[in-house]
Amino acid sequence: MPIIEDVSFYLDQNEFVTLIGPSGCGKSTIFNMIAGIVPVEEGKVFIDGRDCTGEVGQVSYMYQKDLLLPWKKVIDNTILPLIIKGESVREARKKVIPYLKLFGLEGFEYKYPFQLSGGMRQRAALLRTYMFSKDIVLLDEPFGGLDAITRSKMQSWLLEVIEKVKASVLFVTHDIEEAIYLSDRIYVLTERPARIKEEVAIHLPRPREREIVTTTQFNRIKRHILLNLS
Amino acid sequence: MRKWENIGDKTIPLLFIFIILVFWQLIVDGGIIARYILPSPYDVVVVCIKIIPDIKEHIWTTLQEALIGLVVAIALSVILAVLMDNFTLLKKAIQPLLVVSQTIPVMVLAPLFAMWFGFDMLPKIMVVILVCFFPIVVNLLEGLNSLDQDLLNLMKSMKASRWHIFSLAKFPASLGSFFSGLKIAATYSIIGAVIGEWMGGKSGLGVYMTRVRQSFALDKVFASILIIIVLSLLLFEIIELIQYLAMPWRRAIK
Repeated sequence: MPIIEDVSFYLDQNEFVTLIGPSGCGKSTIFNMIAGIVPVEEGKVFIDGRDCTGEVGQVSYMYQKDLLLPWKKVIDNTILPLIIKGESVREARKKVIPYLKLFGLEGFEYKYPFQLSGGMRQRAALLRTYMFSKDIVLLDEPFGGLDAITRSKMQSWLLEVIEKVKASVLFVTHDIEEAIYLSDRIYVLTERPARIKEEVAIHLPRPREREIVTTTQFNRIKRHILLNLS
Repeated sequence: MRKWENIGDKTIPLLFIFIILVFWQLIVDGGIIARYILPSPYDVVVVCIKIIPDIKEHIWTTLQEALIGLVVAIALSVILAVLMDNFTLLKKAIQPLLVVSQTIPVMVLAPLFAMWFGFDMLPKIMVVILVCFFPIVVNLLEGLNSLDQDLLNLMKSMKASRWHIFSLAKFPASLGSFFSGLKIAATYSIIGAVIGEWMGGKSGLGVYMTRVRQSFALDKVFASILIIIVLSLLLFEIIELIQYLAMPWRRAIK
C-alpha cells in the first residue's frame, strides 16, 4: 500500500502553508521527500520551476525533536549549517550574533542545550534551521513536544519572527488551532494512504493577536476542519 | 532508608572495605589462620612500603608495558572501529573474529608470545594489546552506532559530507561509550602486562611475583597484588580525568 497517493500542493513566496492530518498519515514522509532524504518513487518536487526531486540541501528543515548537539554550546549549534558549508567558527559566530536577540536566545549563547528549557531549545533549533538560509523552511511539528502554555507562546513568537525574516514556511501539525492561527492556507490530509481532502484558505487579518482564536470566524474554520478530519 | 542516600557515594564502599579488612586482621591476629599462610593486611602494607624502593624497576617495567600496550590498543581500536563503521562488509567480516579473539585463553597465548617474540617487553605488550583492544572496539562501535537517525537525516538535509557527519556528530556522540571501554581497558592493562611477565623475563611485577611465590614469601605476593590494584585504579582515575576534560558538556549536567 502506498504511503502517499495523488498529493499535489504548492507554496507561494512568503506564504505559510500547513499540512494537517491524523498522526502517522505520512506528513513527515512528504517532508522527507521534499528534503531529498527519502527516495521518491512517483511524483516530483519543483522549486522555482526547477525539478529538485531527490536533491538534498534545497530547503531548511526542522524536526519535532530539537536535535541540538548536546556537546556543542547553543551558539555553536546554531552555526552548524555554516560550519557544514565550510565556514570557520569565528566567521560563522559573527554572522549568527545579530540573530540571537531576534530569536530570544540572548544570554543563552554559551550554555549547553540541556541547560535550556524545551521552548528555548526549539528557538535554538529554529535559528539553526534559519541559518541554513534557504527560502523555503519545512517545520515538522516543531512545538509537538512542548506543554500547552509554552506552545502557545512559541506560536505567537514564531509569527513575529517570520514577519521579520520573511520566509516561506511549510508546516506540519495535527493541532487544528495551531494550524489556523499560523497559516495562510491549510491542506487537510486523509489517513493512509495520504490524499488531500481539502484546501482551506485562512482569511484572518495579520498580524494576528492571540485572542483571535476565540473569535467566531476562527471557530467557524476550526469547526469546519474538525468535521472534515473525522 | 532515605538517610543512606545522603551519604557520599564513596563512604559506603570504603566503610565496607574497612570492615572486611578489620575482620581479616582479627582472624590473622587471633591465630585462626597462620601468618605464613595468610599475612594480615597490616603486614602487607608494611612489607609493601618496605619493598617499594627495591622493586621500583619492576613496577616501572610493568607500567611501561601497560601504557605502551594501552596506547597501541587505543590507536588500533579507533582505526578499526572507524573502518568497520564505514564499511559494513568489513564489519561483518571482522566482528566474529573479534569475539573469537577474546575466547582464546590469555594464559595459553602468553607463553606462545614469549616463544615468538622473545623475553623482552614486546610479548608482554602484545598481551596487553590483546586484552585492551576488545573492550575499546566494542564500546566505540556501539557508540558510533548510537547516533539518532533523525540527526543523521538532518545533517544529510544540510548536505553534510561524510567527514562532517563523523566529526560533528558521530564521533562526539560516541565519546561516552568510548571512555567506558577505555576505563575497562585501562584496568585490564596492568594485569595483562603481569600475566605476560609470568611467562618469563628479566623485569616486571609479574617476574617479581613469580620469584617471591617460589620462595613462599606470601607477604610479598600480597604486597605485589596491592601494588597492582593501586596502579590499576590510578590508570582508571587518569582516564576519568581525561574524560572529564574532554567532555565539558557532561560536567554541566550534574
